[in-house]
Amino acid sequence: MSFRAQHLLGIEPLHPTEITTLLDLADQYANDPNSVRHRDVLAGMTQINMFFENSTRTQASFELAGKRLGADVMNMAMQASSLKKGETLIDTALTLNAMHPDLLVVRHPHSGAVDLLAQKVNGAVLNAGDGKHEHPTQALLDALTIRRAKGRIHRLSVAICGDVAHSRVARSNIMLLGKMENRIRLIAPPTLMPSGVAEFGCEVFHDMEEGLKDVDVVMMLRLQKERMDGGFIPSEREYYHRYGLDAAKLAHAKPDAIVMHPGPMNRGVEIDGTIADDINRSVIQTQVEMGVAVRMAAMDLLARNLRARRGAALEGVMV
Amino acid sequence: MTKTLFTNARLIDPVALSDTSGAILVEDGKISRVFEETHPDITGPAIVDCGGKCLAPGIVDIGVKVSEPGERHKESFRTAGRAAAAGGVTTIVTRPDTLPAIDTPEILEFVARRAALDAPVRVLPMAALTKGREGREMTEIGLLTDAGAVAFTDCDRVVANTKVFSRALTYAKSLDALVIAHVQDPGLSDGAAVTSGKFASLRGLPGVTPMAERMGLDRDISLIEMTGAKYHADQITTARALPALERAKRNGLNVTAGIGIHHLTLNELDVADYRTFFKLKPPLRSEEDRIAVVQAVADGLIDIICSMHTPQDEESKRLPYEEAASGAVGLETLLPAALRLYHEGQIDLPRLFRALSLNPSRLLGLKTGRLRKGAPADLVLFDADAPFVLNRETLQSKSKNTPFDGARMQGRVLGTWVAGNRVAGEDK
Repeated sequence: MSFRAQHLLGIEPLHPTEITTLLDLADQYANDPNSVRHRDVLAGMTQINMFFENSTRTQASFELAGKRLGADVMNMAMQASSLKKGETLIDTALTLNAMHPDLLVVRHPHSGAVDLLAQKVNGAVLNAGDGKHEHPTQALLDALTIRRAKGRIHRLSVAICGDVAHSRVARSNIMLLGKMENRIRLIAPPTLMPSGVAEFGCEVFHDMEEGLKDVDVVMMLRLQKERMDGGFIPSEREYYHRYGLDAAKLAHAKPDAIVMHPGPMNRGVEIDGTIADDINRSVIQTQVEMGVAVRMAAMDLLARNLRARRGAALEGVMV
Repeated sequence: MTKTLFTNARLIDPVALSDTSGAILVEDGKISRVFEETHPDITGPAIVDCGGKCLAPGIVDIGVKVSEPGERHKESFRTAGRAAAAGGVTTIVTRPDTLPAIDTPEILEFVARRAALDAPVRVLPMAALTKGREGREMTEIGLLTDAGAVAFTDCDRVVANTKVFSRALTYAKSLDALVIAHVQDPGLSDGAAVTSGKFASLRGLPGVTPMAERMGLDRDISLIEMTGAKYHADQITTARALPALERAKRNGLNVTAGIGIHHLTLNELDVADYRTFFKLKPPLRSEEDRIAVVQAVADGLIDIICSMHTPQDEESKRLPYEEAASGAVGLETLLPAALRLYHEGQIDLPRLFRALSLNPSRLLGLKTGRLRKGAPADLVLFDADAPFVLNRETLQSKSKNTPFDGARMQGRVLGTWVAGNRVAGEDK
């Protein structure tokens, strides 16, 4: 049982035991999310949410998680502010660092931007999504959802379907599911597959029915509006016809397969509305619920490490 | 009449492809005799004892960006010249991708004047092929040639319009002017920050397929076949482009190719966690490609190794990877980095200097690049084995954007001479 990371920048640097530790703690929070007992976990700590890219759901989830743990939460809408005035990311980071935040939750449209920012600040940084790189808390909440539904997060057959090329959610999930020794199947039209996908250690399919055969978990990805027309796929309706999840395609998966989606959904584009609402198959609402628990656990663990580091530094000074 | 005798030297001769001990007599800025004995019995000249270290023709570096005019805070002729001298580079052939672009004889004259005033090494300017490097109208190739432009290039911008490019080539051909082009299919490479593949996908960065380079080269070769112009591809960095290059040469086309030192010594994985000092144009390639192009240099298929010296200040590099500027400084690290290939046994020293000194001189019709009687005494004396750890703060360049910061390197320049005058080393 250990969690050594200073920041949560992605799934890639995490050790499988760190993932398990985080999921175990998140499980406890999920069982009892509102308890007043949690109120002092982050008491006296400041959490700043910096979103350089639009987000309602993820930002709300982080805010709620922080508040439930007793942190002072501040939201900064970064698109509207300094970047418009020409300030660089580094300068913004240094300015914020001078306010001594303990936890920084960052989303940025460019891959690697959160890593860059983390090099310049003293607090713990949580990546809430950077470009097409990673979205670690999403993968962790997906893992927790799967673990609670299936009883385990190893030796499962998981299909990830849709716009894999542009999805940070897909990357983080591929990392996490791979580290936990699952069988991963990627299903997408070739134009929405990342380059070098053959070396990912995943099975690659361009046909939904073939790819979904006997899987335990079906993860759907959101198709961004700007990718729908002509550029990557011919049209929305052709995409739905070939890659949209409907009852006929889902019938190829195991009878007890669960259906996931990171939201927000495009009903009738990547997923049929009735499947999304089918309480026997869809765990989409559970994912949202687990999101708060996972973020509570992540911030709790990072805060513990932060306190330990500060304590060590303080002792160093006194000695 | 000033005379200098370089004794006890290990002579690296890229013409004869020989590596032998000997001595060299320099008179009035030119090599007047080459001796097979290490201590020839001549009285009179000043003696430089090479101590058995390597003496080679000075490096001729095609494609150096000196940020004058426009961005002198990044690099000036003074600092670039010092960096060159410190790196054993005796001729820098400057790029026109300045602000504004060097596309008129007037701007070219300004550059030539600044260079003559401040740089301790030879400076030969190139000019833009099209006005403003915009790929629409050709520049005054004739007047620019008269003003001293040694080649014409739009640098890292591809002239996408084939009609414009073919006309420029036809016109350049009539003046026997050299055209240097960047070979990348502009559509495929648009917006790319790295080479496509597993690494690009894991980092979530926009990639370009290595095939874009071959497509660019294939297109240009067709136009060269059509126009007969004298053509040099600035950087051939992928295995897939090599057969096309080989075929063009075999068919007798006037085609040569170069490569930047970073593509010979680094690969895409060096970018690691978004290290922007490794962001280059074209992007770093796979290890397979690197090995293939190193072999191509050893075989002589790729003619020229250059530094692609591109100074960038901290502000333009301390950004998210996609937004960061491309390019790395290389004048001072060119030789020690190139010696990595020698120490790894991939290329011998004469062949290395064929690519660093002789071939670029030949391409530009210069007499430099040779250890022969009558050649200018542009020389570099170096210890090929001396180890050191590079600290970027010690670089002479104003900009310190080297990917080799903290790297262990082998090979130190002990002295650099331009026309027989010492410009770097102990007793300058």
